[in-house]
Amino acid sequence: MADYKLRRSLLYVPGNMPSMLQNIPLFQCDAVQIDLEDAVPLAEKDAARILVRRFLDNYKNRNKEILVRINGLDTKWALDDLKTVLPAIPDGIRLPKADSPEIVEHLDTMLTEYEEELGLQVGFFKILPSIETAEGVLNAPKTAKASTRLIGLAFGAEDYTATMEINRTKTGEELFNARMNVLWGAKAAGIQAIDSIFADVNDMESLRKETELIKKLGFTGKCMINPRQIDIIHDVFAPKQEEVDYALEVIEAIKRAREMGTGVISLKGKMIDRPVVVRAARVLNTARAHGMVDVVINEEDINGTE
Amino acid sequence: MVRNSVGRLIPETFAGKKLIPYSDPWSLQPHAERSTRAIRRITHNGSKLVGGLRDAIIASGLKDGMTISTHHSLRNGDYLLNELVKEIDALGIRDIKIASSSVHIVHAELIPYIRKGTITGFECGVNGLIAEQVSKGELDCPIIVRSHGGRARSLITGEVPVDVAFLAAPYCDEYGNFNGFYGPSACGSLGYALVDAQHAHKVVAVTDNLVPFPAVPVGIPQSVVDFVCQVPRLGDPKKIVSSTTKITTDPIGLQIAKYAAMVIEATGYVKDGFSFQTGTGGISLAVAEHVRNMMRRDKVKGSFGLGGITGYFVDMLEEGLFEALFDVQCFDLKAVQSIGRNQKHVEITAGTYANPFNCGATVNRLDCVILSATETDVNFNVNVNTESMGYLLHNTGGHCDAAAGAKVSIVVCPSIRGRLPMVRDEVTTISTPGETVGVIVTERGIAVNDNLPDLKAELIKRGAPVKDIRQLRDEIQAVTGVPKPIEFEDKVVALIEYRDGSIIDVIRQVKP
Repeated sequence: MADYKLRRSLLYVPGNMPSMLQNIPLFQCDAVQIDLEDAVPLAEKDAARILVRRFLDNYKNRNKEILVRINGLDTKWALDDLKTVLPAIPDGIRLPKADSPEIVEHLDTMLTEYEEELGLQVGFFKILPSIETAEGVLNAPKTAKASTRLIGLAFGAEDYTATMEINRTKTGEELFNARMNVLWGAKAAGIQAIDSIFADVNDMESLRKETELIKKLGFTGKCMINPRQIDIIHDVFAPKQEEVDYALEVIEAIKRAREMGTGVISLKGKMIDRPVVVRAARVLNTARAHGMVDVVINEEDINGTE
Repeated sequence: MVRNSVGRLIPETFAGKKLIPYSDPWSLQPHAERSTRAIRRITHNGSKLVGGLRDAIIASGLKDGMTISTHHSLRNGDYLLNELVKEIDALGIRDIKIASSSVHIVHAELIPYIRKGTITGFECGVNGLIAEQVSKGELDCPIIVRSHGGRARSLITGEVPVDVAFLAAPYCDEYGNFNGFYGPSACGSLGYALVDAQHAHKVVAVTDNLVPFPAVPVGIPQSVVDFVCQVPRLGDPKKIVSSTTKITTDPIGLQIAKYAAMVIEATGYVKDGFSFQTGTGGISLAVAEHVRNMMRRDKVKGSFGLGGITGYFVDMLEEGLFEALFDVQCFDLKAVQSIGRNQKHVEITAGTYANPFNCGATVNRLDCVILSATETDVNFNVNVNTESMGYLLHNTGGHCDAAAGAKVSIVVCPSIRGRLPMVRDEVTTISTPGETVGVIVTERGIAVNDNLPDLKAELIKRGAPVKDIRQLRDEIQAVTGVPKPIEFEDKVVALIEYRDGSIIDVIRQVKP
């Protein structure tokens, strides 16, 4: 079942920087990914882990989804990362180097153990795996179905281009096939597809172009390394007024259809059925985040009642 | 000691002057004539050149116990005040008071002359090391910090009689006409010097760029200038126009600017006739950028931009977004170039800008002003004078003037600096009283003063993150904790004068 949670913008915040961690509540991104991996120098791995734990313990009124990017499961830090941060109840784990479904399954098993220990429902902790190597891209469709904890597949272009021994360009032709495989994998599994970061924080025009491109391809969100990028990403993902108007009409139409005892109805000569309704629901949820509408779409509106 | 209306204990006298405790921003009404000075009759039509600085000091008749002034638009590039004091000292003159429009960090060179008794007081705000040493009790020299409007007032009313004004004149002729627009030390508007030129008992134009008569356009005319003298250099051009003129890239600063722009939009004043002031600094410029986009989007033709003027305002003028710029000081080279060629970019005096005691200062016509703060408190008071150790470090500038004048004054301030909370129970020093502050904007939310209920309701309607100022304080303190208060001695080392001449706060010596 597709998840309707908005994840347009996922901000990386280095786990070893108290001044940045304290600002997490302030930014209007949909999610943050507190980083214990690449942003943290080897000498600070322990300190960062403790700092993140303390921060999460004190961040009571959470106003966005919190993921923690742990170190790769093949490193000596990954276990300590999980042991330290999970009791502070993040929403999920960003799993680096998810090259194969087995790696995701391995994390899934560990999370289940922690959930039992912490008295949480099994499946509470979500996983967002990073598809960031050639092998990871090839395995993406299988990885996407490796666990019910998956909220999406996240493409990591920086590491991907490194493993491909190529340079990343601003126009991104070299990423096209990889992006498509990640997208197909995610869509086939009914989960979200999250695009890579855009590294040049001063080039807002190219950021906008890249975000427009990946939105067109089917990505539902994008990672970021600087809060200055939030507004542009949200702006690109904002639905157009006519899309919103049409979506509202679709929801109205399907409600009328249900009252008449059918799941299909014609609107202005076009057939409205479940896939169209699902797309309309997505548009309206996004529109709501942009303050364009205040309707709340729930499962009942999409599927009807039994 | 008397407690003033904002709760600060004010001594009855300071440096031999009787003090008026602050009561409110509006009611103090003087009953007196403006200051006067002797009529002159200069009949010769030759040169007023007297030679160098030392000759000018002698010609001006400067004596022990007198007061001198300079203007501050050469800022940290200024050579004049330091050179002047060296010459005064060499002539054996003592007990001189300085009533410049501002004293900058570069003037720390005056410290030996303060110790020696050449300089014995400041009738103006002082930035930097001198003020810090006075705060520590290491330097004994009374300081009276005045706002830009307040300083103009003190000269115009005669409360501070300036015996000789030595005015840096970047483009000057031998008969005393000058402007600040051209030459190697060009600084643009001479808004502060214009007051001294009218009210000082003797006026000396000091130039490093003597041009053939007439120096036009005439900013300060021959008719008020007694002498002209030449120096090799007035200042270092690189440091004259050195303010921050780039938009901030700090995400926190940008968030504050975004919220400040929401406030401006919610005031409803961004329509034809809109008037606006903002300073330099990355956040202020980011707000100006938002304002520019709003004005473009809504095709607004504003009336005027005010204050220290930056290239940003110049661009807005040239784009037709404002009818005029009123300029007391130019903050960057683009502003300097503009004021020299564009008649809509108008040089105004500090008195016209902000003196409360005239028929109406330009600040009175402001819709919105963006102001900064070192710290703020739950009563909306703002401190721009003292820093976290309690040392006097900064001038008031036009802060309290613009706050009192504008319909909505918006203070932008990060909620945390270093590890310190910037919304507190009580600011260390009150520079600007809370009743003249409309809104305090931090990255954690927007606090609206109760005296603007409509604006508050409008912001809430627009979904802006409006918070009660006490809630904001609590949220910040939850991160930072409550800092230990700074400890002060009883000794008062400086005054913070409100724009009307009453005393809003004092600076006490900091305990070691």
